[in-house]
Amino acid sequence: MKPAAFDYVRPDSVDEALEVLAASGDEARVLAGGQSLTAMLNMRLANPSVLIDIARIQDLKNISLVDGMIEVGAAVTQAALLAWPDLVKHQPLLAQILPNVGHYQTRQRGTVCGSLAHAEPSAELPLALATLQGEVVVQGKRGRRVLSAADFQTGMMTTDVAADEMITACRFPVADAQSRSLFHEVSQRHGDFALVALAAVSTAQGVRLGVGGVAEIPRIVDLPLLQGEAVEATLNDLAWELDGVDDPHASARYRRELVRRIGKKIINEVSHATS
Amino acid sequence: MQRLDAGLRHRVRFLLNGRAVEGDAEPRMLASDFLRQVLGATGTHVGCEHGVCGACTIRIDGKAQRTCLTFAVQLDDCRLETIEGLTDDKGDLNDLQTAFRRLHALQCGFCTPGILMSLDQLLEEEPEADEVRIRDVLSGHICRCTGYQGMVDATLEVMAARRNAAGGEE
Amino acid sequence: MEAPWLGKSLERVEDLSLLRGQGQFADDLATPPGTCHAAFLRSPLAHAKIRSVNIHQALSMAGVVAVITGADILAHSKPFITGVKVEAPHYALATDRVRYVGEPVAIVIAANRYLAEDALDAIEVEYAALEALVDPAEAAADTATKLHPSTDGNVLHERSFRYGNPEDAFTKAAHVVETSVHYPRNSCTPMECYVVVARHNAGEDLFEVTANFQGPYTLHTIMARSLKVPGNRLRLKTPPDSGGSFGVKQGIFPYVVALGVAARVAGCPVKWVEDRLEHLSAATSATNRLTTLKGAFDENGRLLALDYDQLEDCGAYLRAPEPATIYRMHGNMTGAYDIQDLAIRNRVVVTNKTPTGLMRGFGGPQIYFPLERLMDLAAKKLAIDPLELRRRNLVPTEAMPYTTASGALLDSGDYTRSLDRAVEEGGLSELIARRDAARTQGRLYGIGYAAVVEPSISNMGYITTLLTPEQREKAGPKNGALATATVSFDPSGSITVNTSSVPQGQGHRTVLSQVVADALGVHPSTIVVSSDHDTNKDPWSIASGNYASRFAGAVTGAAHKAAMKLRERLTRIAAADLNIPVEEVEFGGGKVYARGNPDNALPIARPAAKAHWSPLSVPDEAGVGLRETAIWTMPELTEPDEADRINSSGSYGFIFDICGVEIDPDTFAVRIDKYVTMHDAGRLLNPMLADGQIRGGFSNALGAALYEELAYAADGSFLSGTFVDYLPPTAVEVPDLVILHDQSPSPFTPLGSKGLGEGNCMSTPVCIANAVADAVDRDITTLPLTRSRLAGLVMATEAEDARSVPVAPAPPPGEGHALRGEGSTMVPASPADVWAVILDEEKLASVIPGCHELQNLGDNAYRADVTLGIGPVKGRFRAEVVLLDLDEPRSLRLVGGASGPLGISQGEGHVTLVETPEGTRVDYHYAVRISGKVAAVGSRLIDGAARTLINSFFKHLVSQTTNQATGQTETAPAQGLFARILAFFGITS
Ligand code: FES
Ligand code: FES
Repeated sequence: MKPAAFDYVRPDSVDEALEVLAASGDEARVLAGGQSLTAMLNMRLANPSVLIDIARIQDLKNISLVDGMIEVGAAVTQAALLAWPDLVKHQPLLAQILPNVGHYQTRQRGTVCGSLAHAEPSAELPLALATLQGEVVVQGKRGRRVLSAADFQTGMMTTDVAADEMITACRFPVADAQSRSLFHEVSQRHGDFALVALAAVSTAQGVRLGVGGVAEIPRIVDLPLLQGEAVEATLNDLAWELDGVDDPHASARYRRELVRRIGKKIINEVSHATS
Repeated sequence: MQRLDAGLRHRVRFLLNGRAVEGDAEPRMLASDFLRQVLGATGTHVGCEHGVCGACTIRIDGKAQRTCLTFAVQLDDCRLETIEGLTDDKGDLNDLQTAFRRLHALQCGFCTPGILMSLDQLLEEEPEADEVRIRDVLSGHICRCTGYQGMVDATLEVMAARRNAAGGEE
Repeated sequence: MEAPWLGKSLERVEDLSLLRGQGQFADDLATPPGTCHAAFLRSPLAHAKIRSVNIHQALSMAGVVAVITGADILAHSKPFITGVKVEAPHYALATDRVRYVGEPVAIVIAANRYLAEDALDAIEVEYAALEALVDPAEAAADTATKLHPSTDGNVLHERSFRYGNPEDAFTKAAHVVETSVHYPRNSCTPMECYVVVARHNAGEDLFEVTANFQGPYTLHTIMARSLKVPGNRLRLKTPPDSGGSFGVKQGIFPYVVALGVAARVAGCPVKWVEDRLEHLSAATSATNRLTTLKGAFDENGRLLALDYDQLEDCGAYLRAPEPATIYRMHGNMTGAYDIQDLAIRNRVVVTNKTPTGLMRGFGGPQIYFPLERLMDLAAKKLAIDPLELRRRNLVPTEAMPYTTASGALLDSGDYTRSLDRAVEEGGLSELIARRDAARTQGRLYGIGYAAVVEPSISNMGYITTLLTPEQREKAGPKNGALATATVSFDPSGSITVNTSSVPQGQGHRTVLSQVVADALGVHPSTIVVSSDHDTNKDPWSIASGNYASRFAGAVTGAAHKAAMKLRERLTRIAAADLNIPVEEVEFGGGKVYARGNPDNALPIARPAAKAHWSPLSVPDEAGVGLRETAIWTMPELTEPDEADRINSSGSYGFIFDICGVEIDPDTFAVRIDKYVTMHDAGRLLNPMLADGQIRGGFSNALGAALYEELAYAADGSFLSGTFVDYLPPTAVEVPDLVILHDQSPSPFTPLGSKGLGEGNCMSTPVCIANAVADAVDRDITTLPLTRSRLAGLVMATEAEDARSVPVAPAPPPGEGHALRGEGSTMVPASPADVWAVILDEEKLASVIPGCHELQNLGDNAYRADVTLGIGPVKGRFRAEVVLLDLDEPRSLRLVGGASGPLGISQGEGHVTLVETPEGTRVDYHYAVRISGKVAAVGSRLIDGAARTLINSFFKHLVSQTTNQATGQTETAPAQGLFARILAFFGITS
């Protein structure tokens, strides 16, 4: 299990990185923490001819508050964000979710943006981004774009980032002080990818629920404040609409059941905490 | 900007257990292979090469990380600590290693180097960690021999002993 | 700590180097200069004929020294022999057919592993797919496709056995209880994978191989025979340290032959380090087994007779020592119970899965799963407490040593006392109170038990039970279980010990130092025990190796015997030096001294050195030098008798487990609340290490019970290629244990000790299953009890009307597993226009992205080399597609496939065009099967990924057709129709 050959480029700035990207097009991949990409390279599932290592670009290492958003640079590791002193205050859902991303050891190298770029259907961070309606900042030689979470992930393992672009940061809105949020994930072992992951955030109108691990991309629904059977019916519809498939770890049926059961639990908890 | 060509070997330099070392690697050479094959530091093991088993874990700039998910060329100018550097100044087993031995926290010892490096960081950064946290950190490793209990007990014991020692000094 | 050392929890000598990172594992050893590295090309298909293997391009690649194929293997080796005489030849590489995913097809030898893997991608193999058989029952059917054409069928072995009068017992029984279970495939997956370094000395035709092989050394004979050399020309060395084995590293032996041939053909030393994907997909596995077990009970719950019908799935080849899994327990099929009437039917079938082999617990979980489930089912039916039912049937203490119906001689134990102690000291009453309390709150809490007899020290003759008495008569007897050990004093008077136990992490060096220290009155730390082994230098025999828990009972016995022989000789030397009669010589504290006058003493090194330095000065019989090799076997280990009774193992321990579990009512996660395991393994040599074995066995078994399965799809594609697909439990999953010991010494082993490292692999899976069954009040017939599986068992059926949205109908029966889907979409053009686009080769070809080469093969058949992928995953594929059943402009069928380094796919799609007022409705449905690397490492994602690609294919078919039909120009090249057709067949995850 060894990777195929590639050129390795370590740019000192985003501009340099974009330069290389523009020159190599489809053949290059951006390497940040490499906790997903390198495993794929080792298995030769991915065979880019150029790797652009952005992990040392200082400009990408910042966590900052920008216009009511927490902006996380593309070289910020998951562990660094978790250790950010203001995280619990500003975005408690992220603080709940991050310890579930990979393991202690992979979080210390794996980046927040890298996990988003990988867009794995059961990964927690894409679910966080979608549920919180965050944004992804993408840059290319042609310019800079800010993608909404909804526009960012276009499918399983695919995003709207073009071949000559790279993610420079992602942004999570600062939580409103009244809002409550909850995350619940069911996996086989501790630290495994989610069989089903659910995140709920209370909003002025009701509850926003995000479901990961079932459909090809995280699915977000905004629910008015519902009670009893109405919640169940809505969750049942959602469970079926997600149209999950059987895999060796869990049946589609089990996943539907989790959406119904855990969904109900966390919706109730979040809405009770609010009301 | 540094650009290293695919087919060529490039000089890589870093600090390994406090000593400056260097060697040549193609860009695609994994850090685990570089340590073992180029530097002869075979204490770090390889068990899966996809980042799950933890056997290849070392501390890079203080943080426990997978060397199978890192390329040698990424180690340039880093500070690495591996199992070979864990003994105390006299070359004796340190407190954690000693506790591992006394509490039978290892059998075949293949997983052990990686596990010791993760726990080394934990002991340093979170001296108050509880059993749940220790098991959480250990869950980034797979051991097929021991059932983990000895490792958990050894870590708790060392934490308590270090606390006592620190308390005694005050 | 002081003498006696045996029975004490001595810290391990092994740890001193392992904890410093100074272990000497196989991959850590220096290799000879000029060593090249091997990488294996493996079959992506479960069953296929190999039409051709083209290595031309691979040979020309950088660093490549040689490419070994089936032709080389045929030229330089013979098939491996097995205990069953059938025409199902098994070579180290596939020669004409592949029979499981991961089967080695070719080996690239190159300057390093990276370059070797580069060249793998350049080897072209053409396969003709055959029907794959995955289900053992289907494979066993008379009408099933044969895996091995020269056999009569896939059942390669069948024998029935009858002991006592089972028919009578079943007729008279007040109750007959029956269960049918399937024990799944799993593996203990040591953290260190296989490593082989082979060189061939052409001048002497001598193979020198270093491999982390674990034994049994019966396989040495098989390897040498396959390499076409006598045993002394296969010099097999094992390294000082091994990163675990649990039986698994027995399965390395075909690779020893493969690499031996490779070294010979390449003309250089060759090294191979197995990677995890190779290991999980192709190393080995426990057998999966279908068992129907019937028990005859009287009205008081006495178990009168058992009737086993076992169908054992050994995978694609019967690889030695298979079919041993099904015979290892033959003597103790009645478990811990006193039953003299027994019927057994054994069938061994081959299927398109990885060949099986030794695995911790070998054969145990496969019988105790049905047996101990049966006890619970019977308890329920007879309304007797399951604990009481077991107690009533245990082999009575007075009967020890007890001969079982099928011939095992249960050597010692007080099963009832052990059970009672477990109940008492394990706190069962408190656990029951906890269950009651939980249940009143509506929680799912259950308690399970398991009683198990754990055999150790295999009789080399047990496998011959598969032969009829007549066949055995012809073949000659096989029996015994030779163990060897050498203890020596060097000229400085220090002690070295050497055995052929091939340790895999258990701490043999420490225990042997304890054994020898006690015998010679020295401190264990003064003794050096070597653990590496060399078949051309060290004593060994066929039973050598690390398996069947033979260390504690057999190897220590041989070491003890060798040390005692030395002691006897040393006594005579010392008696002369101390000037006392031999009867008065005592050993202790590193000295020899006079009993009654400890001041008359000499350091032990003095008389020992004398035997080297001054051989003429020592008493005659004490001889020169001081080195003793002892060879030990058990007289009780005789061959099977004419009635097929076999004492299959030398000693038998007892285990009684109690487990409390709680199940999450929403997620169906199983939490082990408490686990009590009581062991009687005779005398404990080092209690700390014994507990370590128990904990390790337990954690393997916990995995088998709840998490681990080597999964295959119905088409034989392998689905568990990574450690996120195959799930060994981590520190969060493995709970602490309550470990209890009884010590009933074995009368038959020299130190009274028995093996104990495998027992929990036998008891724990079923104990947990019993607890879960108790918690959810459902029968449990297979493992692992994953959350999803348990949910399926417990949840009420999902009401039809719960479906608020339409879903795809279930696949028609009998077509096996494939990714299926269907859809429908509208195109604003006439059917004729749509048709024109689909059939216009020019238009298609012009919009193919990533196409390196396109050929029109005529008759609507196309071949193309394309790059396909999703996200970062990309691979090059050769795709072939045929458009069939053209019914212009109404319908057509697409059939084809794609293959490349990432895998192989086969698929079929139907497209129907229906004219409507708005244009054309395109209806489609499809079925795709995917096998190979993407399936093995991406099973979690592959269906979703495939569906994504297929759906987008049809989406783009529409947009293309719309564009073409409405005269618009092509939009994004990435959405080309032909590309999507190819994507359709060449799915990559
Ligand atoms: S070898 Fe790196 S995590 Fe397994
Ligand atoms: S001690 Fe063998 S894998 Fe952990």
